[in-house]
Amino acid sequence: MTGILFLEQSLNGLQFGLMLFLLAAGLTLVFGIMDMINLAHGSLYMIGAYLMASFVQATGSFWLALPLALVATALVGAALEVTLLRKLYERDHLTQVLATFALILITNEVVRLVWGPQSIMLNAPAGLTGPVELPGGMRYASYRLAIIAVGAAVAVLLYFLVTKTRVGMLVRAGASNREMATAMGVNIQRLFTAVFALGAALCALAGAMLGPIFAVQVGMGESILILAFVVIVIGGIGSIRGAFVGALLVGLVDTMGRALLPIAFAKMFSPQVASNLGPALSSILIYVLMAAVLVFRPQGLFPARG
Amino acid sequence: MKKIAVLIALACLFPLAMHAMGQYFYIGFATRVLIYAMAAASLNLVLGYGGMVSFGHAAFFGAGAYIVGILAVEGVSSVWIAWPAAIAVAALAALIIGALSLRTRGVYFIMITLAFAQMMYYVFVSMKAYGGDDGLSLPTRSTPGFGIDLRNDFVWYYLVLALLAAVLYLLHRLLHARFGRVIGAIQENETRATAIGYPVYGYKLLCFVISGAIAGLAGALIANHTGYVSPSLLHWIQSGTLMIMVILGGVGRFWGGPVGAAVLLTLEEVFSGSPLLGDYALHWQLPVGVILLLVVLFAPQGIAGLVKKKSAFA
Amino acid sequence: MRIKAIAVAACALAVAHLSSVQAANELKIGFLSTLSGPAGAIGIEIRDGFNLALKMNGGKLGGLPTEVVFADDTLNPELGKQLAERLLKRDRVNLMTGVVFSNVMLAVWPTIQAEKIFYIAPNSTPTRISGEGCTPYFMSASWPNEGYHEAAGHYAKSKGYKSAYLIAPNYPAGKDATSGFKRGFGGAISAEVYTKLNQLDYSAELAQIRAAKPAALYAFLPGGMGINFVKQFVAAGLSSEVPLVVPGFVSDQDIVRAVGEPMLGIFDTAHWAYDLDNDANRKFVAAFEKEFNRIPSVFAEQGYTTALVIDNAVRAVKGKIEDEKAFHKAVMGSPGRFKSPRGDWKFAHNGTPIQDYYLRVVAKDNKGRIVNKKIGTVMSAHVDFWAKECKMK
Repeated sequence: MTGILFLEQSLNGLQFGLMLFLLAAGLTLVFGIMDMINLAHGSLYMIGAYLMASFVQATGSFWLALPLALVATALVGAALEVTLLRKLYERDHLTQVLATFALILITNEVVRLVWGPQSIMLNAPAGLTGPVELPGGMRYASYRLAIIAVGAAVAVLLYFLVTKTRVGMLVRAGASNREMATAMGVNIQRLFTAVFALGAALCALAGAMLGPIFAVQVGMGESILILAFVVIVIGGIGSIRGAFVGALLVGLVDTMGRALLPIAFAKMFSPQVASNLGPALSSILIYVLMAAVLVFRPQGLFPARG
Repeated sequence: MKKIAVLIALACLFPLAMHAMGQYFYIGFATRVLIYAMAAASLNLVLGYGGMVSFGHAAFFGAGAYIVGILAVEGVSSVWIAWPAAIAVAALAALIIGALSLRTRGVYFIMITLAFAQMMYYVFVSMKAYGGDDGLSLPTRSTPGFGIDLRNDFVWYYLVLALLAAVLYLLHRLLHARFGRVIGAIQENETRATAIGYPVYGYKLLCFVISGAIAGLAGALIANHTGYVSPSLLHWIQSGTLMIMVILGGVGRFWGGPVGAAVLLTLEEVFSGSPLLGDYALHWQLPVGVILLLVVLFAPQGIAGLVKKKSAFA
Repeated sequence: MRIKAIAVAACALAVAHLSSVQAANELKIGFLSTLSGPAGAIGIEIRDGFNLALKMNGGKLGGLPTEVVFADDTLNPELGKQLAERLLKRDRVNLMTGVVFSNVMLAVWPTIQAEKIFYIAPNSTPTRISGEGCTPYFMSASWPNEGYHEAAGHYAKSKGYKSAYLIAPNYPAGKDATSGFKRGFGGAISAEVYTKLNQLDYSAELAQIRAAKPAALYAFLPGGMGINFVKQFVAAGLSSEVPLVVPGFVSDQDIVRAVGEPMLGIFDTAHWAYDLDNDANRKFVAAFEKEFNRIPSVFAEQGYTTALVIDNAVRAVKGKIEDEKAFHKAVMGSPGRFKSPRGDWKFAHNGTPIQDYYLRVVAKDNKGRIVNKKIGTVMSAHVDFWAKECKMK
């Protein structure tokens, strides 16, 4: 494989991995601190994308719409947490799975009712619709580069927030030992709502940024949700660092698999079979990785729990 | 006993009633309900009685369906070969997946069963020779010989009904025998059961395998019923749907699986195909989601729980 | 006791939804299509074209009051099969049409075939059904699956491209696309890449294309796939590096509305163009624009013509579609009896159209709107290659 191809695929993997990280970060915090499996996390991603599309239409500006969408989705997340999800913290995991699964069905239909069943348009901001020339002469989509930049910036910000601020310390305390944190006087309820709202905002950011690349459609959350779960299992439930490493790992394996394996198989099988086998195998590989972690090191690569 | 007799009588009379009204479509619909009742009952065994939250049950259901599909396309359509093969492969898959997964517990168990099911899903997606993503159409229904033609909707319905009855009877016997009591004890307090000396891992694995085998049979039936298999039968959303059925019907209640399947599929049919609801029928998943949420939050024993207050295990 | 009560209530509810027994003097058409999701725009175009013809005929086809029952398969073959069963067995439709995608078509075809109901295709016409598997119950008012692609291949050959790089989704129509193009092109194929159906992110494929530096790229990616591919193709800077040839599916109004100006200058092939010079087309275009406030696409024309074929055939048998031999003959003879927006055409013996295929370019019309203009004719009175595999008379 040529150098240019390798470089471009690496950038693609990085881009995908960073967006996965945004989703996984919120999910791992909720799971780690509140001990809650939230299948509706993907729905927040979808709502974020839809809200972004509407705000872009309303304001006419991508960059103006982005913070609006983040705040709006954070509010939706907070509302959900206060009214509904709070009741699930004390329940068993099966109940959480089913209740949040029901939420997926409900949010899908509500979105369909409000925005219609067609996928809606979300375009990259003007100025980022074309390519940019990288050192070495290769051209790469400028928007994807922007995604990488935003993703990396948020990762740094989150790291700073979690390790260097007081709020972050509370979050880490809650993740590592909830009872002790409560005993020490942390206002758990408010912390939980804040964490959930933050997770929702991160979802919205991912949804808004990925919207122009994918399509803003009902059900867009389900496919990426499952990958987010894989990421946090591999990385370690409750650990932001784990989510980061896990997301990059999964993103790169997925992209490299989709890109490299068909080329390798094309020598052995027909193009149709090779094109099919490659992505399927890289997906299987990701789940094998997840199963292996669960069997041999269930706490993940960077366990948060003490 | 009397209740069961009435149920069986109603079930037997149903296709005749539909025939009298000229509504053949609902015979097929009822057959589908019976097949999903079997699949849901198999999940209830491992989820409700065994206490194992398996999020990958659709893998066994889909594997059974695919075995029948692949054999049919390769020319083997005999019931006596295809269906036992489906059961065997599903049981084997359950053995392997169970053996590995049962080493974990809690949320990790949920995740790992999910992982294995997705792996199997992608295996079938990768098999382009058998349709891959596009799915596989079966050339014919399985042939049992003896001049019985399963393409006849009536014959097919009664066969499925008989199989469901047999499976439910088997489960009833199992749950009221030693096996059932041990599983109940394990679900109640695993440490105590181990302390008493029961091979907990072995019992859980056996429960998992039996449940997988039954799901495989249900899969064989669904492949025959629709005449079409696709990887979506193994997808985690399908696992979730089976779980919804069990919860709606009543997890841990004997009739939880069949009741839940009947309720969910009937709701789907009523809401989505109804001329009464017009365009709103397109949004049938909304009332279903709301009902599910309410049941989960306020009636965790499901519909069968509302009906019968006593449980098999006090 | 309560279980029984619930069971009885459920039965009663089910009974309440039984549809009435079908009246013999009414046409009930099952329209199973993809009406939502990224590819939904195609189904909606076909539906709107169909409904327009129906409306212009006063809600009747062939003189019979017509009810069209719509069902949305959401590009899910399994759901499509279920919906087909419901349309055929519960709603008792006496004609079917509408399917957009070939994987859905192949999944539902055995169900339709078993009921011996006529299916008139407004879009997908898989070679598996039009070739060896041909039957009198399947007729297509659109094109054989390979039609556009074979025409595009001819065009690419005429441009003298040294080789072609092919990309299509991994499903039956994608296979038909590459097969048809290869036959028309006849030249070297530098690569044949299949993507996942409904895939939305083409970063990996575009990276490969960039590295391969092909002489020409032929891309068949309909619906939402096309929107995303063209957008990302332009964003990656490849539109100025790689010559792109597409079938009309990838450059028509549903994609133009989403992508816009970057598409100007793309060449494509299709069986119809916006500015075809005949009265029927002018009437169709004017009526469509007035009714729906947008420019029609090839899909709209297909839906429209399908309705007119049904109208003409039902009229020819005076409403007696139960007379299968007569109805089949009537459908096969219908293109000669009315004027279609695409011009003159007729059915081959395997039920697929024999028609012209045009070269079009994405350009602005005199009102500044982006349309596909006809530049020339690539294939005249073209017969489906697989028609010869069909052993019907």
